[in-house]
Amino acid sequence: MAKKDKDMMDSSPKVKHSRGENIFNVCNIIILTAFTIACLYPFWYVIMASFSESNLLIAHPEAILWPVGWSTEAYKYVFETKAIWTGYGNTIFYVVVGTAINIFMTLLAAYFLSRKELPGKTVLTIFIMFTMYFSGGMIPGFLNIQDLHLFNTRWALLLPVALNTYNLIIMRTAMSSIDASLTESAMLDGAGHMTILWKILVPLCKATIAVLVLYYGVAHWNSWFSAFIYLDNDAKGKSLQPLQIVLRRILILSDTSDTGGGEDVQQIAETIKYATIIVSTVPILALYPFLQKYFTKGVMVGAVKG
Amino acid sequence: MKKTWKLIKKNKAVYLMVLPVIIYYILFHYKPMYGIIIAFQDFNPRRGVLGSPWVGLKHFKDFFGGYYFWRLLGNTLRLSFATLLIGFPFPIVLALLINELRSKKFSKIVQTITYMPHFVSMVVLCAMIRQFVGSDGFITGFMAHFGYEGGNLLNHGEFWIPIYVISNIWQGAGWGSIVYLAALTGIDSELYDAAKVDGANRWKQTIHVTIPCILPTIIIMLIMRVGQIMGVGYEKTILLYDGAIYDVADIISTYVYRMGLQNREFSFSTAVGLFNSVINFILVILANQISKKTTETSLW
Repeated sequence: MAKKDKDMMDSSPKVKHSRGENIFNVCNIIILTAFTIACLYPFWYVIMASFSESNLLIAHPEAILWPVGWSTEAYKYVFETKAIWTGYGNTIFYVVVGTAINIFMTLLAAYFLSRKELPGKTVLTIFIMFTMYFSGGMIPGFLNIQDLHLFNTRWALLLPVALNTYNLIIMRTAMSSIDASLTESAMLDGAGHMTILWKILVPLCKATIAVLVLYYGVAHWNSWFSAFIYLDNDAKGKSLQPLQIVLRRILILSDTSDTGGGEDVQQIAETIKYATIIVSTVPILALYPFLQKYFTKGVMVGAVKG
Repeated sequence: MKKTWKLIKKNKAVYLMVLPVIIYYILFHYKPMYGIIIAFQDFNPRRGVLGSPWVGLKHFKDFFGGYYFWRLLGNTLRLSFATLLIGFPFPIVLALLINELRSKKFSKIVQTITYMPHFVSMVVLCAMIRQFVGSDGFITGFMAHFGYEGGNLLNHGEFWIPIYVISNIWQGAGWGSIVYLAALTGIDSELYDAAKVDGANRWKQTIHVTIPCILPTIIIMLIMRVGQIMGVGYEKTILLYDGAIYDVADIISTYVYRMGLQNREFSFSTAVGLFNSVINFILVILANQISKKTTETSLW
C-alpha cells in the first residue's frame, strides 16, 4: 500500500494522491476486520461448541458457525458441579478482600511517595522500585510462605500480592498531579495526613482508584499460580481453592471427578469443558464493555512515565 | 540534619502510615531475597537457613555442567526472542492502523473486541488452546486439509513456538496497542499540518511524524519487555507442555518449578532461579543504559 502511495506521489501528486489514500483505507479496514474476527472467533467457537452435542462435535473437527446439533446437557452438569460453585465463592472472597487490601496499601504508599518535602522519599522509592527488577524467585518465595505459616491458608493468596508496584506508580502519578496548594492550605488549617489522604486526595483521585479496583480485581479473579503452589491438596486446601484451580482440574487435567465422573459425564466431557469455560468467563466478559473506558484510562495513566 | 529531624517529627503520622507498606516489602520481597542464600547451602528445612551447611558454588556447578543447561538456556532464549520479535511490533502496527481509521464507530468496535482476550484467564486461555489444537480441535482439523496427520499439535515440538507466540498475540496485541494509541492521540496536530504543507503524504507523515513521536513510548515498552526475557511465560508453559516436548518447551523457570516444588531440591532450584534472576537484572540494566545513551529515553 505504502509503495503504491509513493509511486503515485511521484507522477502527479494532487489527483492520484487521494486514490492512493482510498486504496489504503480499504486495505486498512480489511486488515482490521480480519484481525477483529480472529480475536472474536475463539469466543464464538466456545459458545457454539458448548451448545453442541458432544459426539457430533468430536466427529466434526472443523471451524463451526453454529452449534453442531443442539444440547444444553453440558450446562446441567456444570451447574450441578459443587466444586465450581465452591471455587466461585472462594474467588469472590479473594477478589473482594484482596482488592480492599490492595487499595488500602496502594493509597498509603502512593500518599507517601507523592509528598514533596518528606525525608526518606528517595530511599523508599529505590527500595520499592528495586523489587520490580529483582526478586527472590519462586523457591525462596515458597519457603517464605511456609516460614510465615501462611502455607495452605487464605492469607497466602492475599498477603504476598497485597501491593503491586506498577499500580502503585499509577496511583502516585495521579496524586502528584493534584495541585499541591490544596493539600498545603488544608495543612495550614491543621488537617493531619490521614485527613488529607481520605478527605481530599481520595475524592479527587476517584477515577484512578476505580481503575485500580478493576486491575486488582481482575488480577485476583484470574490468578491461579499462587493458589497452585501455596495451597495443599488436602481437604483444607481444596476448600480454599479459587475457581481457576478448579478450572485447571476440569479443563487442563481433564479430571471428571468434580463433575460426577460417571459414564454419562465421560460421554459429554468435551462439551462440559466448553460450558465450564463459558460459565467461568462470562462474568468478566459481560462486565468488561461497560468498564472499558476505566481499563483503558489506567493504561494511559500508567504510560505517563512516573 | 536538624531540619530533617524536625520535618520527620512534624510528619510522624505519615511515617506511621507508610509503615505497613515497608513491612510488606520487607516480608514478601526482601525476606525471600535473603532466602536466596540457600542456593549456596545444602538447605534442610528442619535446620533452617542459618543452620544448614554451606556448599559454596556446588549447585551452580551442577547446573552449568549438567545435562540440561544448554537445552534450558536455548529454549528460554528461543521462546523469549520469538515472542519479542514477532509479538512486540504487533501492537504498534495495530495502533497505527486503528489510528488511521476514519470511522470513529468502527474504530471503537475494533478496540472493544481486540481488548477482550486480555481478560481471559491463563487457565482458560490454555484450556482453549488445548481444545483447539487437540486431536479433535478445529485448528488441527484445518491443518488436516493441508495433509497434516499427526493429531494433537501439542505433542509435536515444532508447533510449540508458533502456538505459544500466536496465542500471545491473540491475547495481548489489542491490549498492548492501548498505550501506543494513547501516545498517538498526544501528537500535536500542527506537526501534521506542517508536514502536509511540505507535501508529505500519509505514508511519509507516518514515517516522519508519527513514529518519531511515539518512539519514546516504544522504547520504554521495549526496555520493560527486555526485563521479562528470562521470566518468559512459565505459567503458560506449565499449563500446556508435557514430557513429550520438554526438549523444546522446558524453560529455566519451569525447570525451577519441577526441581524445587515437585522434587523438593530447594537449594539446587534456588541456584537455578538465581541464575535466571541475575541474567534478567543485567539485561534490564543493559537495555536501560543502551537506550539512555542512544535515544535519551530510559526507565530511570
